[in-house]
Amino acid sequence: MQQVSPTTLLQPPAAAPVGRSDVVRIEAGLTLECGQSLGPIDIAYCAHGTLNPARDNAILVCHALTGDQYVAAPHPLTGKPGWWSRMVGPGLPIDTDRFFVLCTNVLGGCMGSTGPRSIGPKGEPWGTEFPPITIRDMVRAQALLLDHFGIDRLFAAIGGSMGGMQVLEWVATYPERVFAAMPIATAPYHSAQNIAFNEVSRQAIFADPEWHGGRYWAHDTVPARGLAVARMMAHITYLSEEALAAKFGRRVRREARAAAGSSTGGALGTASLFGEMFEVESYLRHQGSSFVRRFDANSYLTITRALDYFDLSAAFDGDFAAPFRGVKTRFCVVSLSSDWLFPTSASRSLVRALNRAGVNVSFVEIETDRGHDAFLLDEPDLDRTMRGFLNGAAEQAGLNRGDSEPGDSGDSA
Amino acid sequence: MRLDQRLIADMIRPGSRVLDVGSGDGTLIDHLYRTRNCDARGIEIDMRAVTQSVAHGLPVMHGDADHDLSDYPDAAFDYVVLQRTLQAVERPREVLAQMLRIGRYAIVSFPNFGHWRLRLQLLTSGRMPMTAVWHTPWYETPNIHPCTIRDFLALCEEEDYVVERWLAIDEEGDRSPWRRSIRLANLFGEQALFLLRRRGGR
Repeated sequence: MQQVSPTTLLQPPAAAPVGRSDVVRIEAGLTLECGQSLGPIDIAYCAHGTLNPARDNAILVCHALTGDQYVAAPHPLTGKPGWWSRMVGPGLPIDTDRFFVLCTNVLGGCMGSTGPRSIGPKGEPWGTEFPPITIRDMVRAQALLLDHFGIDRLFAAIGGSMGGMQVLEWVATYPERVFAAMPIATAPYHSAQNIAFNEVSRQAIFADPEWHGGRYWAHDTVPARGLAVARMMAHITYLSEEALAAKFGRRVRREARAAAGSSTGGALGTASLFGEMFEVESYLRHQGSSFVRRFDANSYLTITRALDYFDLSAAFDGDFAAPFRGVKTRFCVVSLSSDWLFPTSASRSLVRALNRAGVNVSFVEIETDRGHDAFLLDEPDLDRTMRGFLNGAAEQAGLNRGDSEPGDSGDSA
Repeated sequence: MRLDQRLIADMIRPGSRVLDVGSGDGTLIDHLYRTRNCDARGIEIDMRAVTQSVAHGLPVMHGDADHDLSDYPDAAFDYVVLQRTLQAVERPREVLAQMLRIGRYAIVSFPNFGHWRLRLQLLTSGRMPMTAVWHTPWYETPNIHPCTIRDFLALCEEEDYVVERWLAIDEEGDRSPWRRSIRLANLFGEQALFLLRRRGGR
C-alpha cells in the first residue's frame, strides 16, 4: 500500500461532502509503462455522493482528452457546470444518491494531477521532459486513489471517448476490480485516422512562435494560437456534418473589422480577413480561445500521445479478445450513429472481441445526428441505457435497486 | 409472456447459461433471469428493442443470427434459443450449426409452412397463402426460408442432430395435440418447437 502524505486529508471517505474536490499525494509514486519512475504523484479528483460502509457502490467516471475531474461540479476556471452534470447527480442516471461517484484528473493532465505543468526534478515545470504516459498509466494512478479510499472493487467504470479507453484498460488491467463497465463512443485502439488528427493538432502547437521548444513558461507566455487551432481542428471531429449544418448552415455574421478581432479572435488574435465571418468560423474561434484559458499545451501533447499509443491488443499479437478472457465484468458498449471519429464499426469490433472472450456484453447504438460529442448532450436513449444498465448491474451486484425511469411503465417484462 | 415462450422456458434447466437469438423486447430472458436464476443474454436486430431491453437492465446486444453467432466460443452456453426466426435468417443451416456449436442444446421455434390452411390456399387460389401466422405478402415478407416440420426434421437428420423433444403449437402458442404423428403435426400444427442437441454432445 502506498504512503499518503500528512498533507492529505485522512478523514473517512464516508464523510465526503457532496462535490468534494481534493488532491491526494501518493508518495510511492508509480513506475510508468515506459520504465521511468514518477513520484511522488498527485491525483486530483472530485467525489459526489457517499461511499457506503461495504465500499461497494463506487463508480469511476473517466474523462475524455480535454475533460477533467469537474464532472458534476462547476469548473473553477470557467465557472461552467460540470461536463457531465446532466448525467451525474442526485436522481440522474448516474445517481449520486445511490452511488459514490469519483472522477480523477488523468495523469498527465493540467487540473491538479501530476503532469507536464507540475514541477519536475530540475525545480521547474516538466514541460516536454515529462515522461510519456499511457492510458494504462492513467488507470494505474486511478487504482492508487482507490487504494487510498479502501475501495477494492468499483461497482462501475464509465467513460466516453478517451474515458472509454480508460474503462477498457481498467478491465484489462484489473478485471477483479470492476463489476460493470460502460465504454461509450470509443475503440480498443487508436486508429491511423485518429493518430493523424492528433498529429495535426500537435503540429499546430509546435508551429506557434510562442511555443519556445515547450519552455513557454520561461518566456511568460503560452502557445495560445497553436493550442486554439489544435482545439478548433479537433472540435470539428467531435461534430457531424449534420450537426454543423443544423447549427450554423452557411450563415454569415458581418462585423466591423476591429470588433471582429477583439470579440471573436481571442487567442487567434486576428480579425477576419474578409471583414465577415461564417458563423461556424466564429464558433470554432470561440471554442479555441476559451480552451486555451483552461488547458496546458504540454498536457495536450502528452495526452494525445497517450491516446495514440492505445492498443489493447498490442501485447497479444493483435488479438483483442485476449485481454478479456475469463473476465466476469458485465459490459455495456455504446456507440453513436453519427460519430465518425469513433464509429459504430469500432464499437462493434470491440463487442465481437468481448463475445469471443465469452464476456457478458450489451451493445447499443444511440441514434443521433450530433456526432462524437453527443454522449455529452441531451440524448434520452443514452440516459435510459445508462440508467437501465446500472440498475441491472446493481441488482446483480446485490446493491439496492434504484427507481426505474420516471414515467417508465415497465410494460415489456 | 407468450404461451410458446412459456413452453420454451419449461425446456430450460434453472441456473443455465442461455443465449436468446432474436430476444425482441426481452421477455424470455427477463423471465429466465428472474425466475430461473439463469445467466440469460439476448441478441436482437431491432435497435429500439435493444435499447428498451438494456434500459430494463437486461444484457442484450445489437446483432443478428447470421453474423454474430460465429464470434462466441464453443459451448459458451447451455441453451441457444431461436424463436420464430429461423425462416427469416439468411442461412438457416449455418445458423443451426452455429447454435449447436456455441450451445449444448438448441431450442428452435418456427411457423410451419406445411399447415393445411396454407396448402389448401395455394392449391385452390394458386397464389401465395396469407394466414394469421403468414401475414405479409411475398414481396415484403422477411420470411425468406419457410419450411415445414418434415423439412426441418429432414435437415436435422442430414446434419445428424438429435431431436430431444418436439411439439406442435397452435396460433396462440399453446401446445397442439398432434404429438404422436409427425405427418398429422405437419398438417395441423401452425408452429413447431424443437429441442436439439449434437450427437454425442450430451
